[in-house]
Amino acid sequence: MTQPRRSFQIGTGLFILLGFAALAYLATQTTSVANYSQGDSYAIKAKFSNIGQLKVRAPVKLAGVRIGSVQSIELDQTTLDAVVRIGIERRFDEIPDDSAAAIFTSGLLGDQYVGIQPGGSPVMFKDGDEVILTQSSMQLEDLIGKFLVSGDNSKKSPATDASSPVQAQPENP
Amino acid sequence: MSQARKQLAIGDALAQVGAAGLFLFSILAAIPGSLRHVRETLRQIWFVGAMSLVIIMTCGLFVGMVLSLQLYYTLAKFGGTAALGTVVALSLFRELGPVVTALLFAGRAGTSITAEIGLMRATDQLSAMEMMAVDPLAYVVAPRFIAGVVAMPLLACIFNALGILGAHAVGVSWLGLDNGTFWGNMTANVEVWSDLVNGVWKSAAFGAVVALIATFQGYTTPPTSEGVAYATTRTVVSSSITVLALDFVMTAFLM
Repeated sequence: MTQPRRSFQIGTGLFILLGFAALAYLATQTTSVANYSQGDSYAIKAKFSNIGQLKVRAPVKLAGVRIGSVQSIELDQTTLDAVVRIGIERRFDEIPDDSAAAIFTSGLLGDQYVGIQPGGSPVMFKDGDEVILTQSSMQLEDLIGKFLVSGDNSKKSPATDASSPVQAQPENP
Repeated sequence: MSQARKQLAIGDALAQVGAAGLFLFSILAAIPGSLRHVRETLRQIWFVGAMSLVIIMTCGLFVGMVLSLQLYYTLAKFGGTAALGTVVALSLFRELGPVVTALLFAGRAGTSITAEIGLMRATDQLSAMEMMAVDPLAYVVAPRFIAGVVAMPLLACIFNALGILGAHAVGVSWLGLDNGTFWGNMTANVEVWSDLVNGVWKSAAFGAVVALIATFQGYTTPPTSEGVAYATTRTVVSSSITVLALDFVMTAFLM
């Protein structure tokens, strides 16, 4: 008599455990909780004149590999630049201190992230350093604006190919 | 149908809704008394929850797989397949997980609750309990109601987990989406409280609604074989309608 009753209870317990395991799996693997860095990290600063749609906890990547996340975004009151604090996991501690930071968009509709382009300096970044070379986010509106303006120019001089002003844009410092 | 009979039918439907509402209060009042029957409640969680696992897991897997296929087709039209993981996870957690689980739950567990209580009514077991001074609300109805409220969120979570795995299998292994993109976009855009837990609240509410309708239909069935058959059918029909209507209202409020 006790045997079937016990197996009911064990089965029910297993079912409840399975349910909570599924909830825990979903919460830790598929939501933003998965992005909190587990290990120790160090922080560096980068100033951008425009951060676009960059958000706190956006990924920081080097060569496409996620090495950390954006910890905070503030406005520098004197220079009127955005100050982005970047947390990098401690195990990635060999990043040259002349590396550049740029804000990219993943895909056409994707979220923005900070990309680090490694430099060649023998000195590595350490906690509290500032990234000197930064490149702001590419604003789609600006690009379209430039394209429209240069499109007008090309009408005035029919010899210029319509696509050439666009190609010239990135070379502009 | 004459005007008078139409009015009578509408009156009947309203009376049913009102009676179900009052029944909810008597269940809630009977819950303290049912705490003495913890074992019965556990048995019901086993019966409505664990025994529904096979259908929930299979359907979760297939819903995730087909969602992945369909959304891939749609997203590919404007080059946004990278967002597949995000879209699948959000539609599963916020909408499809709770709703499809509730519909399956109504078909799998709700009907058996109605048929069981209905047969107890038809064979006078409920009256016999009353004569033995056992409150059938506390011993029969409340444990099933609690089991519904407890089991539904757990089932919905399992459904969601299987759905994500199915979507991953189709999106990454079959359609060739990048594994890192799939998970990375998902974790970047899905929030625990506003998306995942939001769906858990919904599924708990759906569990309460389905369990309420199932026990109410069983408890108030006419004590004939035909009455039990109609009551079982009405359980599925009313709980499906109520779940979908409540889903809209809850989504509008929880947005």
